[in-house]
Amino acid sequence: MIVEIVISACLVVSGVFGLVGSFGLIKLPDPMMRLHAPTKATTLGVGGALIASMLYFYFVVGQLSFHELMIALFLFLTAPVTGHFIAKTHLHLTRKPGDLPPTAGDRPWASYESDAERARIEAAAEAEGDTAG
Amino acid sequence: MIGYALTFAFACFGLALLLNIYRVVRAPTKGDRILALDTMVINSIALLALFGILKGTTMYFEASMIIAMTGFISTVSYTRFLLRGDIIE
Repeated sequence: MIVEIVISACLVVSGVFGLVGSFGLIKLPDPMMRLHAPTKATTLGVGGALIASMLYFYFVVGQLSFHELMIALFLFLTAPVTGHFIAKTHLHLTRKPGDLPPTAGDRPWASYESDAERARIEAAAEAEGDTAG
Repeated sequence: MIGYALTFAFACFGLALLLNIYRVVRAPTKGDRILALDTMVINSIALLALFGILKGTTMYFEASMIIAMTGFISTVSYTRFLLRGDIIE
């Protein structure tokens, strides 16, 4: 009985979080805000559904399954990576390098540094390290 | 009681998928469209997990694992293409 209540609570929470995550994708005004809604809330929604499924298969059906943990682990590992990539894409499509505030050092923003520029700066730093050492 | 909660979760995730489709069709920026596709993948994984509970079989978890992997790869390749104009350099 208690197991049924816990499974039902997990299912309801996961449904509400999934819906809120997708609704935030529609509702929020700024692209960076819209990035926030699904990457957090939907991962929690999927986590709730997977926990409910683990509990159901262990306590009701009577078989232990670890597939859900694998899926949850994979999603928790990949969600920050995709979030970072989408934020970087948005930054590059909407902002020119001159729009951003200046950095404290002599190097530009790492994301806007061209390959040739980065190679030149790193070679210079290496040569300097050789003379110092 | 599990049946009612399952129906509620199915309805929620189905509605979430509809909202995502709306966002894919009418997106203000390209990043929103990629994000909506990524969210559609995650919602479909949740739907498959719920379908596995409904049918009482663990067979669907392999399918959702593969969907998770393809979704991650496709999101990363789409953003890489927009960033660098090339996927594998």
